[in-house]
Amino acid sequence: MRVLVFLEHHEGQLEKGGLGVLAKAATFGNAAGVVLGPGASDLAARAGAFGAVKAYACDDDALAVPLPQPRVDALAALVEKTGADAVLFAASVLAADVAAGLAARLDAGLNWDLTDLALVDGELIGKRPALGDTVLVDVGWKGSPRIGLVRSGAFDPVETGGSAEVESFDFAAENFSALATLIEQTQEESSGPSIEDAEIIVAGGRGLGSPEAFSLLEELAAALGGAVAATRAVVDAGWYPYSTQVGQTGKNVSPKLYIACGISGAIQHKVGMQGSGTIIAINKDPNAPIFDFCDISVVGDLHQIVPKLTELVRSNRA
Amino acid sequence: MKIAVCVKQVPDATVHKRIDPATKRLDRSGEATLNPTDLNAVEEALRIKEAQGGEVVLVSLGPAKATDSLRKALAMGADRAVLVSDDAAAGSDLLGTCRVLAAALEREAADLVLFGQASSDGDGAVLWAAVADRLRQPMISQVASLTVDAGSITGKRQTEHGYDVISAPLPAVIGVSDAINEPRYPSLKGIMGAKSKPQESLSLADLGVEPGAAGEAGSETTVLELGSPPSRGDQIKIEDDGSAAQKILDLVLERRLL
Ligand SMILES: Cc1cc2nc3c(=O)[nH]c(=O)nc-3n(C[C@H](O)[C@H](O)[C@H](O)COP(=O)(O)OP(=O)(O)OC[C@H]3O[C@@H](n4cnc5c(N)ncnc54)[C@H](O)[C@@H]3O)c2cc1C
Ligand SMILES: Nc1ncnc2c1ncn2[C@@H]1O[C@H](COP(=O)(O)O)[C@@H](O)[C@H]1O
Repeated sequence: MRVLVFLEHHEGQLEKGGLGVLAKAATFGNAAGVVLGPGASDLAARAGAFGAVKAYACDDDALAVPLPQPRVDALAALVEKTGADAVLFAASVLAADVAAGLAARLDAGLNWDLTDLALVDGELIGKRPALGDTVLVDVGWKGSPRIGLVRSGAFDPVETGGSAEVESFDFAAENFSALATLIEQTQEESSGPSIEDAEIIVAGGRGLGSPEAFSLLEELAAALGGAVAATRAVVDAGWYPYSTQVGQTGKNVSPKLYIACGISGAIQHKVGMQGSGTIIAINKDPNAPIFDFCDISVVGDLHQIVPKLTELVRSNRA
Repeated sequence: MKIAVCVKQVPDATVHKRIDPATKRLDRSGEATLNPTDLNAVEEALRIKEAQGGEVVLVSLGPAKATDSLRKALAMGADRAVLVSDDAAAGSDLLGTCRVLAAALEREAADLVLFGQASSDGDGAVLWAAVADRLRQPMISQVASLTVDAGSITGKRQTEHGYDVISAPLPAVIGVSDAINEPRYPSLKGIMGAKSKPQESLSLADLGVEPGAAGEAGSETTVLELGSPPSRGDQIKIEDDGSAAQKILDLVLERRLL
């Protein structure tokens, strides 16, 4: 199985997600890394230390900004050149769009949200938790190339210390691929109050109803000696800082206690907090998906429960 | 401005979703509803129409009964609906779905195509990228705020490192984030009026899509085996009757989490 692994990079570093997928792909034999964008060749050489026998690099200026469509053009050309059997991606905002665009371009199958991959009798099989992680599905591909999008954090990078032969390649960009342009990019401060080290996290979602309601969570967190975290929905709405976001696009946390207040429990949130010791969910909707994976489910109004809990914790600790 | 919104009927949140072990497809027999995050895409389309004039067309691939769900978006204010419904399209994966939707969208030739954040049954959050490639149009995904001016569109979206602002000329394909707006509730007048809005039903043949290009035949992925994920262990359930806070504290103390 000749596997290409898309290696995303940021500020001169290969991202962990792609390197994790590379480590997995290397166990199937012949794994090659793919690095796109200016500076690609130097970064590609580093893929060898993480299990790639070969690394393809393209530093075309059309790939300077992290937009998906020119990357589809580049990967389609590379698949044609190499005859790759599979192209694997670690989930990210960028990678998901590239993977889906590539599937459409090559009339290829895409399986997403993979949590494991195996080679069974020479055929690639993926494990995919589906329907809010209530079933675990074995998925396959009918033809080549097999395109797979791996769930965040499914595989850890493994330093093998090897080296990769770097090969440069070119591609011809489609006209429509260059139409979307990046006009501004803001790097958000990811420091700030550290939720990654907190032993107790009180997290809030859209169920809070307003940015002001976060003060309820801050009081509870202060009483518990914990930190406050948030979902993407409220971060995007400007209710709470980006640095506190938990999930696929945000941070990965594993406190001993995670109290989710007014959070529905989308998979993209779950992947960032499922490693928590005890998960308590407070939600007024008894059908909320979060109740499928928490340890203590509390059906009720957070506006009633949270202030009471804060009072009780305070008097218990006094 | 003509805006097409791709919307999907999904099993209602109260339905226990299951995959039929015989067909290895999602059991769609129970109560169904319009995919919740598609309402954000419908809302955004209506706001653009209200500001600039034009038409909002719903485009959907699904079973014939999906017309019931489409009516909700018509009640919100969409002008008409196109439902592609064909036995030969059942069981389409990403590839089959994108071929059918791209064909339906080509027929509409909209200036702007909007998608919701993710379907609650498939949860791929990928379809727009595949459709945009078929349509050979620029695409912006995960858009949490959108502005449209003469001939172009600008979206702001979150990434793993911060925020990007991306611009593209029309026609373009946009996937919206569920944070983009608060969908309106249909008014009584809207609900009454929805019944008489045009709802067209199309077959694959109507769109010139070969039967082998969609459904199981046109899909490139397969479902091999169904299993159960590892469970997190026993769950304690509390219904708040005023004592939930005390119960939570007791459990937290009992488990020595403080
Ligand atoms: C590519 C991609 C990346 C993403 N990355 C992330 C990420 O990193 N992190 C993340 O969090 N999300 C992420 N998302 C978004 C994710 O899919 C969900 O949309 C988001 O997590 C929902 O946030 P929420 O739970 O706050 O809001 P909602 O889904 O709207 O849920 C609000 C919940 O509050 C409950 N509620 C309402 N009122 C009350 C009340 N008074 N008391 C108690 N409960 C109440 C409701 O019943 C509901 O369940 C991503 C999505 C995509 C497509
Ligand atoms: N069968 C369908 N018909 C029309 N639109 C769809 C269909 N399936 C998905 N969509 C759209 O694509 C978005 C993303 O879906 P998905 O990639 O399945 O998560 C949804 O929010 C809808 O806007």
